[in-house]
Amino acid sequence: MLAQQFVNAISLGGVYALFALGFTLIFGVLNVVNLAHGAIFMLGAYTALQAVVLFKFPLILAIAAAVMVTGCAGWLLDRFIFAPLRARQAPHLAPMIATIGLAISLNSTIQGIFGAENLRFPVHGLAAEGLQVGGVQITWLELQIILLALLLMAILLWWLNRTRMGTALRALAESRKAAALLGIDVEGLFRMTSVIAALLGGVAGVLIALYTNAVFPQMGQPMLHKGIAVVILGGMGDIRGALLGGFFLGCAEVFSVAYVGSTMRDAVAFGLLFAILLLRPEGLFGKAAQRRA
Amino acid sequence: MKFIRLFLGMVFGLGCFANLASAQIKIGVAEALTGNAAQYGVPIRKGFELAVSEINGSGGINGQKIELVIEDEQGKKEEAINVFKKLIFQDKVLMLFGPTLSNSAQASDPVAQGAKVVVFGTSNTADGITSIGNYVFRNSVTEADILPVTLKVAAQKTGLKKVAVLYGNDDIFTKSGYDNFKKALDGLKIPVTTTETFAKGDVDFKPQLTKIKSSNPDAIVISALVAEGAPAMVQARQLGIPLPFIGGNGMNSPKVFDLAKDNSDNLWVGSPWSSENPAAENKRFIAAYQKAQNALPDQFAAQAYDAMYIVAQALKKVKLSGKLDADRSALRNALPAVQFSGATGPFKFRQVNDKDGKPAGYDAVQTAIVMMTKGNQYVIQK
Repeated sequence: MLAQQFVNAISLGGVYALFALGFTLIFGVLNVVNLAHGAIFMLGAYTALQAVVLFKFPLILAIAAAVMVTGCAGWLLDRFIFAPLRARQAPHLAPMIATIGLAISLNSTIQGIFGAENLRFPVHGLAAEGLQVGGVQITWLELQIILLALLLMAILLWWLNRTRMGTALRALAESRKAAALLGIDVEGLFRMTSVIAALLGGVAGVLIALYTNAVFPQMGQPMLHKGIAVVILGGMGDIRGALLGGFFLGCAEVFSVAYVGSTMRDAVAFGLLFAILLLRPEGLFGKAAQRRA
Repeated sequence: MKFIRLFLGMVFGLGCFANLASAQIKIGVAEALTGNAAQYGVPIRKGFELAVSEINGSGGINGQKIELVIEDEQGKKEEAINVFKKLIFQDKVLMLFGPTLSNSAQASDPVAQGAKVVVFGTSNTADGITSIGNYVFRNSVTEADILPVTLKVAAQKTGLKKVAVLYGNDDIFTKSGYDNFKKALDGLKIPVTTTETFAKGDVDFKPQLTKIKSSNPDAIVISALVAEGAPAMVQARQLGIPLPFIGGNGMNSPKVFDLAKDNSDNLWVGSPWSSENPAAENKRFIAAYQKAQNALPDQFAAQAYDAMYIVAQALKKVKLSGKLDADRSALRNALPAVQFSGATGPFKFRQVNDKDGKPAGYDAVQTAIVMMTKGNQYVIQK
């Protein structure tokens, strides 16, 4: 049982990490708490579902379609919400409130078109088949989610630390004014970050919809709450933190079910989180605090 | 002169018509025909109409035809009270059917009880409706009646000795389903290996299911709606748990075949009605409904259809005097003795007590049909 619960914890952690990557990226660079990330995540899942159901796309093409649509959504999000607010030097809370509005509109639109009930992918094999090692079951999909979360983190870290564009992005994250003085295309980078964060959310949406076997308009909401917790735990804006935070929350939840009781699932998980933040208020990789200083 | 004759003719004709109308048996129908609850109220109305057309078609009740007075109570308490008053005092119906929801029944049934008019619910399943008074009847079967039967049949057929329980603890419907399951498990002396919970909107059930698996039960009792129950079944199969699932009314929906596709087998549910029930009465009902409505009936249509026949049975034994009060109470006195076998199977009434322990209204005594899912359809187990 312990081994199986550990596998459960790691795959759930992978799910949270995958969601948190895009969320933390947009905070790190744009300094915006994007509360529409859950809705974009949901949009990705619905896009892929429609691609599979209506156009009979294979899964990989459906994921590509979801990336396209959510990427566009990220572009529009920056073009019509974040950029105008930046231009007006709106206070900190304005973009956050705007994203709440966007999330509600997106949820209602999707609910209006597809209804409030649960839908599911008609693809079977992938989610059901898997490996059995000893008494432990793991599906291919769970393995893919874990590996993909690790892979995406590696790519993001490489990109941020080893490429010119990444260096520019980090400069931008440190100081917008300094970056602009150095001749960096600030607006272009902001827009690109928004696109990348959104398409990461879209991919996460498809994979998690496959994993949980449920696509519904509000599917991003609980994920958003967990995602915020993960990102705060990991350190706001830190890529490695998102991954570690995700795995930590996954473990906390699963083991509280295993050893305390399922009624206490969230209470124990968030209680632990609170305790850790008391010890390290800046999160596991506390960069945000340094930057502010 | 000609006009006057025509006029007189018309008056005479209308008079005849009015006379004829008063010779009919007026029955009120107050159901939710618009709004959210219309998904139940509309099939209920169709069930009544089908039964009435059959009864009238074969000569009516002792020569008298049944006339339905149909009103929309919109699934709202206030509207149900208004409609009840209109049917009782203005239309002067002999008795009335409805309302659709238990919530509305709590509010409107006391009106009928006060006026001493039979009120007959076909879809109210909440506790306490029939304890309102001795004019309140229903043929809808409650979860408290169905779950023990489901468990008993599943236990007999699968030979289960102990079960694990999984339920949603933040939803009043799934929580009360759990309470009823617990009572039934205690009654049958089936031990519970572990009780696990989840919250509405949860999508990951693997930690709970892993714990359940390690507690080694013979089956999993689940009180959930399909939205959470179906993914839980899929995840159980992924974890290599082939055990039977035993569900309540929330899991009794063909949607499970869609949401848990290829993993929907071995789910046991009980229902007052099943399209697969091969009884002759049920087959006749399904064929007649399909012919009239060009659609398949559901549980709500079946229960309404049977309710009308139950009342017809009682009416045949009553000598209607034409005095409304006397006729209303005569019908009330004739109803409890009715025994009937229709689309939902053999049926009779059982008197319940009110809060003070005094005899009050009448609940249904009816055996649930237990079904198991196999290959994306229901297979009757009894």
